[in-house]
Amino acid sequence: MTAEDAGPAAKRARTDDAAEVADAPMPDAAPDAASEGEDFAKYTVTELMKLYYSRLFPHQDFAKWLAYGNDSKHAQADSQYFQRREFCFTLEGDIFVRYQSFKDGDELQAALVRRLPAKIDIGPVYNVDPQRRAAVAGGERAFAPVERELVFDIDMTDYDSVRTCGKEGHICHLCWPLMAVAIKILDEGLREDFGFNHLLWVFSGRRGIHCWVCDDRARQLTDEQRSSIATYFAVYKGEEKGLAKLALSYIHHPAVQRALEALNETWIETILPNQELLENEGNWEAVLAYIPDEDVRDTLRSRWQAGRVLKMADDSINVARWHDLVAEVDKAAHKEKDLKRKGALSRCKDEVVFAYTYPRLDMEVSKKMNHLLKAPFCIHPKTGKVCVPIHPERAFDFDPDTVPTVAQLLTELDSNNGKSSMDDAVEVFHEAFLDKLQLASRETLAAKARSAAAKPTLAW
Amino acid sequence: MYPAPPVGDVALEDFERFAIDRLRVLKGIEDAKSRGKKGDQLQGAVKDLTDKHLAAATGKRKADTWKDQVSHFVLRLAYCRTAELRRWFLQWESELFRWRFARQLSDDQAHFMRVHGLPYIEIDQAEFRELKDQLRTVQLSMGNKAVADEINKAANYTFYKVPFEQVPDLVASRRVLLKRGWAYVAKHDVPSLVVGHFRANLSKGLVETARKWASQIAHEEEDRLTPIVESLSIRYLGPDYGDAAQQGKRGEVSAGQIPSLVKSFPLCMANLYDHLHTDNHLRHGGRMQFGLFLKGIGLPMDEALKFFRAEFAPKMASDKFEREHAYSVRYNYGKEGKRQDWTPYSCIKIISQTPGVGDYHGCPYKTMDAPSLDAALRRLRIDPKKITEAVGKAKGGHFQLACASAWAGAHACSCDTGINHPNQYYDESRKVLDPTPTADAAANGTPAAGKGAPPMTPATEVKPAARSLLQAAAANNAPGSAPPRLQPY
Repeated sequence: MTAEDAGPAAKRARTDDAAEVADAPMPDAAPDAASEGEDFAKYTVTELMKLYYSRLFPHQDFAKWLAYGNDSKHAQADSQYFQRREFCFTLEGDIFVRYQSFKDGDELQAALVRRLPAKIDIGPVYNVDPQRRAAVAGGERAFAPVERELVFDIDMTDYDSVRTCGKEGHICHLCWPLMAVAIKILDEGLREDFGFNHLLWVFSGRRGIHCWVCDDRARQLTDEQRSSIATYFAVYKGEEKGLAKLALSYIHHPAVQRALEALNETWIETILPNQELLENEGNWEAVLAYIPDEDVRDTLRSRWQAGRVLKMADDSINVARWHDLVAEVDKAAHKEKDLKRKGALSRCKDEVVFAYTYPRLDMEVSKKMNHLLKAPFCIHPKTGKVCVPIHPERAFDFDPDTVPTVAQLLTELDSNNGKSSMDDAVEVFHEAFLDKLQLASRETLAAKARSAAAKPTLAW
Repeated sequence: MYPAPPVGDVALEDFERFAIDRLRVLKGIEDAKSRGKKGDQLQGAVKDLTDKHLAAATGKRKADTWKDQVSHFVLRLAYCRTAELRRWFLQWESELFRWRFARQLSDDQAHFMRVHGLPYIEIDQAEFRELKDQLRTVQLSMGNKAVADEINKAANYTFYKVPFEQVPDLVASRRVLLKRGWAYVAKHDVPSLVVGHFRANLSKGLVETARKWASQIAHEEEDRLTPIVESLSIRYLGPDYGDAAQQGKRGEVSAGQIPSLVKSFPLCMANLYDHLHTDNHLRHGGRMQFGLFLKGIGLPMDEALKFFRAEFAPKMASDKFEREHAYSVRYNYGKEGKRQDWTPYSCIKIISQTPGVGDYHGCPYKTMDAPSLDAALRRLRIDPKKITEAVGKAKGGHFQLACASAWAGAHACSCDTGINHPNQYYDESRKVLDPTPTADAAANGTPAAGKGAPPMTPATEVKPAARSLLQAAAANNAPGSAPPRLQPY
């Protein structure tokens, strides 16, 4: 059931029609032409948006991406392709303006500067220009999405029960490795298992990450296929009775095993010490709850309370206690005669690692072709941070605290002769994603041309 | 595979009778599955159902095929009209196909695949050797030790290599090895592969049919097939609590009455009400589940807005409520967004949800641990004996039975019908606690306080209205004139 199911006669919700919403007025205090050395930090994010959209937002590269080669003069290029893509603007006061579409990057930029959306969402490519959906023969029923990137959304708030450094909107270098390892696991899985090549990873501006899988094949997936991929990755299934629910088998599927190896490394090196998960009683009880044996729990508890754990020179207390836990569980599993209990014991170490570190996906976002997702290079309205691309190979080096804010960028722009950290973000966009994508898009068009040439034609 | 509809004449009554028989099969499979039947048990159930309902009376193979084809295409017409109907039909037709295909001998399966041109590449020796260990691990991860051993011993075990898009169910359950976009499907999983094909074709076919139906057939057949087809599609799930006629069957409910009605709410809803009332907030999943339930018991939209606004009020200013939450209330009532008149969630839907941290929706018999469940039921003042019973059943994974125990504990009589919908729990409760028959209920033929009377019309019963329409249609069709002909749509 999609939005187009509403009857054509039904008056659309207040949010739908672009024409009904007046252009955003410029706030009086807004800096229109920045004078030398102005301190942009004193303005609100909204006030800075006009400068951002007109001087920094990389609309040309952005449009190049979403045109997938159809902006070229190639005979097989579909010049209407970009125009059929839905954009949704969120204006001040949470007014959604859906079904926007544009001819090209310039037209998009003009609209951005005029409307100053707090947020831009990208929707699917439809069978017709979404602005003209009402004019389609057969009414709005015949208006349907035909293509859409496969997207993933991971939000730090879903990790609140397993992180100790902060909650909700909080994100810092201590919990970032959770996101970095999520990138690693999904990136590997999507490339090696599903054969996708064009993955764009983006910081969502505040507390999470997005992934756009842009291969031709990914864009054509049906909802059912999208859902199957999301479920394939969903080892973490939510929480029940205070424990993570995990879809694990006794012997791991090769993809799950590969994930575990990546997780084990991050677990010991960063997450366990960063989050101090075995530092004090409050934290370690949550970990011990995964051990299905009262005696083992008691032994560990009393030893840790008494402070009797040998600490290797460069291990933190958390890592030392983890090794202690592993040894104790292994010992108990070795002694256990009952096969079922033995299995449960030897599995519980993996369960802890999966529960604390495995990517927690927002499944609904990935399942539907027509789900909107915030565009890269947006400015987060609360933090003022840019939704910058992340190079998946350097995900662990990424620091959410140093992501440039719009005020910072504008200051840089003024003092550095038109240069700013935005250039770095755009370079990552090119290097990690766009350059290879454009090569592939050209190849797709060439292949289309070859198959068109091979087809018998009626033109004699 | 049903590539094209059968060509020939179908008597009008066969048209409907065949379709109803097939519906019995599809509905039967759904019931069997919801009761947790799996594997051989489910296979047996499907076989019984098809033998009973889909075999033509004459017992001839040709007649069987005819009935199978006709009934399939009639239901395609009946279930093509909305996405909801299509999803239901697609799911259970595919399930039926899966079991019928699996029952065939492997030679017949191979024949079937050849005839329908399903081009699956068998992997060669070299590839098998290279992937052997991983293929084995996948089998072990599913607990198929026998197959894993066979792979280990054999120089070759048949695996097919297909694009992953063709086997979404195997991908979702991690029952295949995936490599660069290829899924390696073991020979015993071939039914899934073929079902995937079947499903994709049927899905495409249904969309096509829907388009034709809306633009052409519905109008042309207005006096004849349309009423039959439309009535067929409303018979699949028992009462539909989203149906406007059902809502407030026992009269409308106002916002002010809700606190006094909580005693008739099932635990999942009482729990949401509690949290809403004490926290003055509910997260999205909870608002959907609870809001739609309230709609189902007859709370009109204006009252729902009033209710939620008042409950949120201590922590949220009215304008903030208007901005952030009024939309979702109106949405539930089909006044915003997709403008769909949403149906209250059934138990199956609620049980299948996995609420996150800070969420209170879902089925408490599934999400709560024994002590919290026990405490929650105590708060509802339920007979302690029944609480123990309910907690025990919840532990055993029988969530709906647990809910029925709680119902019995709260009403001091047993609920013969079982619980499969929160609104049904409520309706049954009202019948006991407030046995004033309303005019509407009497007119609907629902005995308001009838003890043990089944509250639902059997899903496959022919509705009088449909029958008379059918008769009217048949009357137009005087003997001798041409019976309806199925066109290849």
